[in-house]
Amino acid sequence: MSSYNPRRVRVDTPLLERVINGRPITYLDSASSTLPPRPVIEAMARYYELRHANVHRGVYQTAVEATDVYEGARAATARFINAPQGMDEVVFTKNTTESFNLLAKSWGAANLKAGDVVLVTEMEHHANIVPWFQLRDQTGIEVRFVPVSDDFRLDVSDLDRLLDGVKLFSFTAASNVLGTRNPVKELTRIAHDHGALVALDAAQSVGHQPTDVVDLDVDFFCFSAHKMLGPTGLGVFWTRAAILESMPPFLGGGGMIADVRRDGYVPADGPTRFEAGTPPIAETAGLTAAIRYLEGLGLANIARHEDELTGDALKRLANEFDGRVRVIGPADTVDRGGVLSLDVDGVHPHDVAQVLDQFGVCVRPGHHCAKPLMRRFNLAATARASFGPYSLTSDTDVLLEALGSAVTMFA
Amino acid sequence: MANLDDLYREIILDHYRTPRNRGELSSPPAIRTEGFNPLCGDELVIYLDIQDDVLVDIKLSGHGCSISQASSSMMSAAVKGKTIDEVRAAIERFKQLMTVHETTLDGNGEAPVADLRTMGELAALQGVVKFPVRIKCATLAWNTLSQGLDDYGVQGTGSK
Repeated sequence: MSSYNPRRVRVDTPLLERVINGRPITYLDSASSTLPPRPVIEAMARYYELRHANVHRGVYQTAVEATDVYEGARAATARFINAPQGMDEVVFTKNTTESFNLLAKSWGAANLKAGDVVLVTEMEHHANIVPWFQLRDQTGIEVRFVPVSDDFRLDVSDLDRLLDGVKLFSFTAASNVLGTRNPVKELTRIAHDHGALVALDAAQSVGHQPTDVVDLDVDFFCFSAHKMLGPTGLGVFWTRAAILESMPPFLGGGGMIADVRRDGYVPADGPTRFEAGTPPIAETAGLTAAIRYLEGLGLANIARHEDELTGDALKRLANEFDGRVRVIGPADTVDRGGVLSLDVDGVHPHDVAQVLDQFGVCVRPGHHCAKPLMRRFNLAATARASFGPYSLTSDTDVLLEALGSAVTMFA
Repeated sequence: MANLDDLYREIILDHYRTPRNRGELSSPPAIRTEGFNPLCGDELVIYLDIQDDVLVDIKLSGHGCSISQASSSMMSAAVKGKTIDEVRAAIERFKQLMTVHETTLDGNGEAPVADLRTMGELAALQGVVKFPVRIKCATLAWNTLSQGLDDYGVQGTGSK
């Protein structure tokens, strides 16, 4: 039984008690990073207060407990995304970006050769573009893009031809700029029909809708803890055990080896092969707490709530400001998350965000690490507002009030 | 608390709404230099027509926020017709104006800034220092101008 009430989440989130420029904070930047609730913060503090030790090393009590915290988080994560072979398929990284670098530099470098094609989309975050360009520059693979249509959705009309020769189709579950949610299962089925594997950037989806990698049928799955109420500095890379076992190590050093001699080394088996050096341990305690907290709220409930907020905000933004504020993204809530990229006529996003700050409103101005997408729509930047599980329509009220001020100031 | 009026002075908004010296010069002979602010996506192109050690003409194109647009517009008005030495000196003065002093951030008294009397309209940009993340917006044009002079080996007589 879950009991979801966004007001309760608000009370649980200490940062939302801040007053900025004389106004209660209006946090609308959850697509950048979500705010951790008290249980997450306390889990990390408790770890440092009671259990801190390095993992996989000592035999003393606290070292065993620290290892339990770390491996327990791996198990919790496996359950959270429904990894079929459990925790042996879950690799901890630094963030989604590092997960994609692991994919490109380990699996990609070992399995792709000159002329092979990696298909991405025009709405990808740079994290799912640049590692492929780097691999292209090293090995001569081809990086191909699925275009985005004027309705802010993937243009799949030519997908069969685009998938020709593709070894990996790597795309985002939800755009961090447009809010568009892609039809993951359908795209995955088509890619598999063409013999391609599928990697999913789930950074923008894991904290906002239920996740099941078996149901999605994807082959690789990447996300960050801090986008699902967890801490920064911790990311996740998941792939099927059969693929993971075949992947060569990524970073080298301590922790990732079975043996080291003067003439070489033998890498460890399983996920630890990809976890060189002392990992973020307290952060995994935070991730476990975040997973439990989200499961308590129910991700389907969060999705429904954010859907309502988004629908309400889209309607009000369309009706006010005489068309001076344009939403760069789908105009309805069908297959759409709570990300509202705003283009204010005659006002640069940086100036919009600066005025909004005076009202305590936190939005993100910029290109959102998606420059190919921004170019597609002839934009240098947008001011992006995005919802989280603690967001309320009163946040939209303040956003509209502050936007009104920005529009007036630069009129 | 930093007040928004410190940032968006009327003269800044005026330059933003009606920027001076917008346009292009054919290059060559004009020097063409690009500047980028990778964080916000702002792009600026500066064209410089330099003859006999004098910046005879300057044109700007590109896009950016009110602060970067106003700063580049004011810069163009301030340096047009000046000798290269004078342009270099203006760049130095402006960079000094944009330097963050701890006292400014604490709000405890005024920082020892450049002599504002010599800066004309540019002094209006002084308030930007109270918004540290916006300093890059204000300095984009000046850094690009400086880069343009450096790239093309333009030396003032005084710097030989």
